[in-house]
Amino acid sequence: MLWVDKYRPKTLDQVIVHQDIAQNLKKLVPPPIYSFLLLSAFAFLWALWFWQKTLIMALLRQIFGTSAEKVKVENRTWKIDAGSRTIDLELTTLSSTNHVELSPSDVGFQDRYIVQEIIKEMAKNRLIDTKGRKGYKVLVLNEVDKLSREAQHSLRRTMEKYSTSCRLILCCNSSSKVTEAIRSRCLNVRINAPKEEQIVKVLEFIGKKEGLQLPPGFAARVADKSNRSLRRAILSLETCRVQQYPFTSNQAIPPMDWEEYVSEISADIMREQSPKRLFQVRGKLYELLINCIPPEIVLKRLLSELLKKLDEELKHEVCHWAAYYEHRMRLGQKAIFHLEAFVAKFMSIYKGFLIATFG
Amino acid sequence: MAPLLQSSQPWVEKYRPKQVKDVAHQDEVVRVLTNTIETANCPHMLFYGPPGTGKTTTALAIAHQLYGPELYKSRVLELNASDDRGINVVRTKIKDFAAVAVGSGQRQGAYPCPPYKIIILDEADSMTEDAQNALRRTMETYSKVTRFFFICNYISRIIEPLASRCAKFRFKPLSEEIMSSRILHICNEEGLTLDAEALSTLSSISQGDLRRAITYLQGAARLFGSSISSKDLISVSGAIPLEVTEALYAACKSGDFDLANKEVNNVIAEGYPVSQMLAQLFEVVVEADDILDEQKARICKSLASADKCLIDGADEYLQLLDVSSNTMRALCNMPQEFSYDS
Ligand SMILES: Nc1ncnc2c1ncn2[C@@H]1O[C@H](COP(=O)(O)OP(=O)(O)O)[C@@H](O)[C@H]1O
Ligand SMILES: [Mg+2]
Repeated sequence: MLWVDKYRPKTLDQVIVHQDIAQNLKKLVPPPIYSFLLLSAFAFLWALWFWQKTLIMALLRQIFGTSAEKVKVENRTWKIDAGSRTIDLELTTLSSTNHVELSPSDVGFQDRYIVQEIIKEMAKNRLIDTKGRKGYKVLVLNEVDKLSREAQHSLRRTMEKYSTSCRLILCCNSSSKVTEAIRSRCLNVRINAPKEEQIVKVLEFIGKKEGLQLPPGFAARVADKSNRSLRRAILSLETCRVQQYPFTSNQAIPPMDWEEYVSEISADIMREQSPKRLFQVRGKLYELLINCIPPEIVLKRLLSELLKKLDEELKHEVCHWAAYYEHRMRLGQKAIFHLEAFVAKFMSIYKGFLIATFG
Repeated sequence: MAPLLQSSQPWVEKYRPKQVKDVAHQDEVVRVLTNTIETANCPHMLFYGPPGTGKTTTALAIAHQLYGPELYKSRVLELNASDDRGINVVRTKIKDFAAVAVGSGQRQGAYPCPPYKIIILDEADSMTEDAQNALRRTMETYSKVTRFFFICNYISRIIEPLASRCAKFRFKPLSEEIMSSRILHICNEEGLTLDAEALSTLSSISQGDLRRAITYLQGAARLFGSSISSKDLISVSGAIPLEVTEALYAACKSGDFDLANKEVNNVIAEGYPVSQMLAQLFEVVVEADDILDEQKARICKSLASADKCLIDGADEYLQLLDVSSNTMRALCNMPQEFSYDS
């Protein structure tokens, strides 16, 4: 088992980073009648799920005990009666006796049907305890920021109307994309990316459990390279352990492959600005996309590599165009066009700068 | 076994006024509607205005005051955006409800029980135009026996032929005094203490939306106990502490791009909503008294464009970085045009 999984906290009391949030979540047991929204702030995609999921699992365990861990994965089909025709929607759900978790945005623009149906359905099938009192279920909705406007609208009054039978935990990564109407109906729990010293603590904890000798400053270096992502830091530590043990304090911390690749692209386009170079770079960009690195992550990484080397004046210009092309990428369909357009724009600006400066 | 429900209600529901006369701050609306209830002579109505100002509350209160608890179910149909309200539903569900005849108006005790039904279409601005058009016909056909209450945030989203048939009521954002007095009332009932600073923070983060204020208050009470500070309220509301906004503004003022970039990274890593940051930055800029109007204009232009991009789903980091760069260039009097852009 990878260390990231092995040392994943199971209960809210085992949480090392974000102890304050964990303690606050404990106070939400049993969950309040209104919903809450977990905001996660990880700049890097691979970290997102990990921590939100960890906290939510620990929270569900706190509410329902170990039964929350007995989850089954199902492919469910909803038959939606839309008047003249019926629509079939298929979605993967994760559920235990007391909770259901799903990502309605996976069905695309028809997500509102799922939101409307699932909550009503859960409200209908309320569990009743031995004394005949009614209980409630918890519905975990993932990626609320990706829900369509219509689906978010449907959530508004539903959240209030069915509040006695169904508690919602909404997760998102970018709360600007969750409408005000929903945010104002929720208790907001902001999960910030862990600080470096918190990451160091976790690394030292794992080091101790694994019986490793960490040279002074080593954990800090791993944390420094992790971009405030805990998952990434733990993965790096494990990689280092495989590469060389005992650790030495100047041991290299391997970067992620794709990041290496983006630095190469950055170096390429700083060195030469020509159609030929643009063509070569396109191949590399494709390579990244084929390996499922999201285009906006590529663009941001490329920008950050370029910013390291540019003159003050150019930084403003280049960051503007990065924002401009990322926006266009969102509106368009083919990410590669916009990535390439950004590279071409950069080349043109940089060439102009070189000519003006050095003639 | 399923855990038990706490007996407590959401405060938003618990403190929802039950009578039209208890709706605060909407004096004009209350005056006209009180009259309506007395005469039981009710036109089609359209309530519009920002969230949390009492629209739904008022509509429900009128319906209850007209029919009382017994007849309410058979006389009032409440549909909101969570119910499918496509054309077909309008054609069937609403029609079926409207078509069943009501008996002659017989006053029952305190309730006038007028001889028509009420259909409340809450959040009507999320209905499609087609559905609204289909409704037009229904409204005409059953005009003798039904009254429609439309509720929405933006009146412009309701098609003209519907809107023109209704008496329109605008709901204003609640003033700071009214907010404070409602909040203090709740604090009293629930045994909470709130100091003056916390009270003013709550009013300002809720921006005239009482639902928000109440939700945040209940959240903070749950997490932090009965004595609530301004900081507690900020943390449950998702608002950004003033220091953070000011640090970013100061970094822009310094003219050091890398410093501003570092602050932007921090905002993102801390998980603050960028749309919120733009709103707060806007306030700082507008209120600044040491910069020229022209500089303010340049910054606001960039805020506006970023706001639009965020709605389109653009990346939060890149948009905030662009805004910061523009702000820096405006504050440090760098030229507006780029030098190498051909
Ligand atoms: N004018 C008001 N007077 C008293 N309470 C109000 C008023 N406006 C809003 N509220 C409170 O805020 C909550 C939400 O109000 P609601 O009528 O549902 O808002 P909306 O205008 O969005 O429909 C209510 O439960 C009530 O407690
Ligand atoms: Mg409403």
